[in-house]
Amino acid sequence: MSAWPGGAAGRDARRAIDAVWRIESPRLIAGLARMTRDVGLAEDLAQDALVAALERWPESGVPDNPGAWLMATAWRRAIDQFRRRATLRRHERALLRELEDRQEASAPDPVAAADDIGDDLLRLVFTACHPVLAPEARVALTLRMLGGLTTAEIARAFLATEATVAQRIVRAKRTLAAAAVPFEVPTGPELSERLASVLEVIYLMFNEGYAATAGEDWTRPELCEDAMRLGRVLAALAPHEPEAHGLAALMELQASRLRARVGPGGEAVPLLDQDRSRWDGFLMARGLAALRRAEGLGRGLGPYGLQAAIAACHARARRPEDTDWAGITALYDALAQVSPSPVIALNRAVAVTMAFGPQAGLEALDALAREPALRGYHLLPAARGDALARLGRAAEARAEFARAADMARNARERDVLRARAAG
Amino acid sequence: MRFMILVKANADSEAGVMPSRDALDRMTAYNQELMEAGVLLAGEGLHPSSKGVRVRFSGDTRTVTDGPFAETKELLAGFWILQTRSLDEAIEWVKRAPFDGGAEIEIRRVFEAEDFGDELSPETRAAEERMRAELEERAR
Repeated sequence: MSAWPGGAAGRDARRAIDAVWRIESPRLIAGLARMTRDVGLAEDLAQDALVAALERWPESGVPDNPGAWLMATAWRRAIDQFRRRATLRRHERALLRELEDRQEASAPDPVAAADDIGDDLLRLVFTACHPVLAPEARVALTLRMLGGLTTAEIARAFLATEATVAQRIVRAKRTLAAAAVPFEVPTGPELSERLASVLEVIYLMFNEGYAATAGEDWTRPELCEDAMRLGRVLAALAPHEPEAHGLAALMELQASRLRARVGPGGEAVPLLDQDRSRWDGFLMARGLAALRRAEGLGRGLGPYGLQAAIAACHARARRPEDTDWAGITALYDALAQVSPSPVIALNRAVAVTMAFGPQAGLEALDALAREPALRGYHLLPAARGDALARLGRAAEARAEFARAADMARNARERDVLRARAAG
Repeated sequence: MRFMILVKANADSEAGVMPSRDALDRMTAYNQELMEAGVLLAGEGLHPSSKGVRVRFSGDTRTVTDGPFAETKELLAGFWILQTRSLDEAIEWVKRAPFDGGAEIEIRRVFEAEDFGDELSPETRAAEERMRAELEERAR
């Protein structure tokens, strides 16, 4: 039998505490942030409660209701902290009174509390992803507060040192306090802009795992899973937002190809060369279902929904030659309307090559040759090389692949391009 | 990692007794919690075994037996599929489920395609994944 109640025999207490923390910390921080109106303070208090748990639980065992234990502990720390301060500002006095009252009250009814917790979590999402913060700060704060990741885990995911990430988080919390960012869900016209910021953070996180921009590894699947989890959280908390479902769909569809994107030697495998039997049917089905939910809201698809629809065209194709490239070209046209970007124009040109032949594709690509944003972007010469190769202009194609290889930042990707440059 | 959470049948679930309003509310709240935490991938409840059948295989013979089936403790009443970072996290989630009265919940890791290694030919694997995707899509 177990050495401590509530756990299986021999189970390491630390691992159980980590698991509890991952589950409880977002709600804990969200609840504390609502009470204190200070996300930074809420996170500090939650960390204090974790430290207390690490001291107590290996001896006492994990309590039956660990969330309530952590919350009560954090409350006590907050009260101690406020009482110790010589002078309190007015809102802090009010807060102290409220905390003291709360401590008297019994644990809230879980059924009645579920809605409130959801609201608090959504407020926390919007606060952590506030545009006042730099994108990398938003990502770090979101993983820390909503993903339940430790500083060390975040550092590992982003190939940064722990000190850098810790600094980033401290500074982000300070920025939120200095800007007096309110702990609330934005409304009206502000909502769509702020939602875009949240979606951007989650997708940035996903992409960091999916297409590592630097380093030797081609993918970091755990980071993708964390991003997908946050995407599902957002879709559950904001079910009426088409883009929340659109992003969830996009990530699940892209992740369904994760295994097939890396060859046996660790090299990148382009979409059309992938062994489709390695695509994950469960994730594909979930992605297609999420896309239908986005479409079903009847407000049209946004940038993420459209990208998901493109990914869905690939998912539905049994073989590469079954791909509906004309449909994909049309979706890129729609995408270029809602969020014009040179990279989208480039992808559209690639789809044109596939749908209407390499000559049409090459013309579309040449139209982008002077685009300043694409200067130094390895996928432009790579796409030209591909179209030229299809036209039988082998020497020109090899020269383009060599240019592309020189520009590529990921070591694995560079290898693939070098190989094509060598013919 | 994906885990299947298997909920065993009991006398009530086998008798088709619907859970009380209170029990349903708690289960709904729990499901909501799983969803808002982003860990819930799928989950369903099952009708009692009296509405089910068994198909027994022996050589070329297929024998179909109507339910109900006697050994209640070995029957299933429902399942969830969760995605978590670890088995420990799956355990912590299951501990939060609103069960009582000696209910026993089993947690099993779900095979993901790479776990089969080379046992499946690429064609078989493709067919299988494709079929699963299509079935899922049609079911919704």
